[in-house]
Amino acid sequence: MSQPSDPTAQLPTAQFPTAQFPTAVPPPGLLDGSAHLPTHVATFGALPALAAEQVLAAAGRAGLTGRGGAGFPVERKMRAVAASAAKSRRGARSEPVVIANGCEGEPASGKDGALLRRSPHLVLDGIALAARAVGARTAYLCVHEDDSAVRQTVQDAIAQREAVRSDEVDVVVVGVPARYSASEETALVSAVEGGPALPRFTPPRPFERGVGGRPTLINNVETLAHLALICRRGPDWFRAAGTPDAPGTTLVTVSGAVAAPSVHEIPLGIPVSELIALAGGATEPLQALLVGGYFGTWLPAADAPHTPVTPRGLAAAGTSLGAGVFVAFPQAACGLAETARVARYLARHSAGQCGPCVNGLPALASALEALAFKGDQRAPAYLNRMTGFVTGRGACRLPDGATRLITSALTVFAQDVRAHARSGPCPAARRAPLLPTPAEPGAGLGAASALSGASARGVVAR
Amino acid sequence: MSNPTRDGGEPRQRLRFNPIMCKAHGVCIELLPELITADPWGYPVLDGRPVPPRLLAHAKRAVQSCPTLALLLIDE
Ligand SMILES: Cc1cc2nc3c(=O)[nH]c(=O)nc-3n(C[C@H](O)[C@H](O)[C@H](O)COP(=O)(O)O)c2cc1C
Ligand code: SF4
Ligand code: SF4
Repeated sequence: MSQPSDPTAQLPTAQFPTAQFPTAVPPPGLLDGSAHLPTHVATFGALPALAAEQVLAAAGRAGLTGRGGAGFPVERKMRAVAASAAKSRRGARSEPVVIANGCEGEPASGKDGALLRRSPHLVLDGIALAARAVGARTAYLCVHEDDSAVRQTVQDAIAQREAVRSDEVDVVVVGVPARYSASEETALVSAVEGGPALPRFTPPRPFERGVGGRPTLINNVETLAHLALICRRGPDWFRAAGTPDAPGTTLVTVSGAVAAPSVHEIPLGIPVSELIALAGGATEPLQALLVGGYFGTWLPAADAPHTPVTPRGLAAAGTSLGAGVFVAFPQAACGLAETARVARYLARHSAGQCGPCVNGLPALASALEALAFKGDQRAPAYLNRMTGFVTGRGACRLPDGATRLITSALTVFAQDVRAHARSGPCPAARRAPLLPTPAEPGAGLGAASALSGASARGVVAR
Repeated sequence: MSNPTRDGGEPRQRLRFNPIMCKAHGVCIELLPELITADPWGYPVLDGRPVPPRLLAHAKRAVQSCPTLALLLIDE
């Protein structure tokens, strides 16, 4: 959460200098929790004993949507899980299961890690409420297996709760490989079952048949933490922040060419430029922002002041909130070179199961590299044609995310595309990479350290 | 299992392929060129529209002929 006063006043502010909107969320917010259970209860109050229908109604009236990328309404997903369970004639084997997605596969995101480290009990409260809502007695909290700090924090938090028997639900922590595709929801179902964390073909979707064939609710950890506050303070409290069509607050990770890369809880509806101010202002003139994450899109910097952080506002500017990632991208960097590196990263992090993904993503990455680093003139036409053979053709949405980012780069950096094809790569293409592209797990010693470096950079100590 | 459409006719069906199962054998592409073409790597590109009634029998044969059961006809 941002400080109530403007902490950014003294910092370098090349662009978007001051916070002009009410960006502060009254404390205690999502990130003001504690790993110590009594302190957590003292901060937020005890978890009210709500019935399933009350939890569902609270989520619905608050207008809570998923914070893991797709923005799906929480109440609808929960009701779909409960309905699948009611329809099933499999007795105990149809008892639903809850999975909390705390993997944070987006390399430029730090918000889920910050939340789990600072307010693990808020996430665990949310899991307990979600389990209540759908009638689950078992839940799984999925985190990256190599993030020992987060694993330790949540294990300790669960142990504290078990000692005082605060929950009816059993929560099991599951370590998942730090591969981008491994935290997709069907991959988590497989990992929870003890199988490889590889996405599955759908249908059946997890809400119909997930873990062991049971209806499975999968929510992002931030989504669940919001639920924990909504059930304490009520849907009207939630709606007091944000806008009527995008109620509440959301966590964002602001990084790149900013003075203080950081995670903030912001009310939905403030302009994108305000996020730069919250992160201490831009350190260099900006040309664009990467919005959403590596499934995201590029937003020209000129659009940032009049683009509100809401699904509708971002959609009007051709972008979407995704995982709440905002990377400030300087004029002195090459958008094609950065996108090429991310495309290669996504190709490496494919689960390697589907022909169009396995063949298409490396082909797209190679073409973009040829354009960015060698000025290949045939690349733009090739990329336009090939994205059509990749989009929508995998079992999961990884290929769609990759083509979305590539298409956005070709549009937003259209001038650079022409310049590269005409006169070869720009000097900026040789600048040090800005966007983190950690190695896939098992790809050598670099993997773990690169990843923790990336997530550590995104979070400021408060 | 299948629901009649609003006009009371046969349920409409679309082709889908399971990209995890598909091994690019190309049998379906040969059997149903009207609706299935090959991508640059030999995987099927499907016409996303409902299968026209006159091609339904062909479509069913293609589904049955896929050696890995990767081709599916999905009810609307
Ligand atoms: C390739 C891929 C990777 C994903 N990685 C994550 C992730 O790391 N964390 C996350 O919360 N959701 C991730 N998702 C989205 C999940 O599949 C799922 O939609 C989400 O966890 C649901 O939570 P929500 O409804 O609360 O947003 C990913 C999706 C895809 C296609
Ligand atoms: S589309 Fe790619 S990442 Fe998704 S399941 Fe298929 S091979 Fe794996
Ligand atoms: S016949 Fe089956 S395996 Fe072969 S291309 Fe068609 S769907 Fe794929």
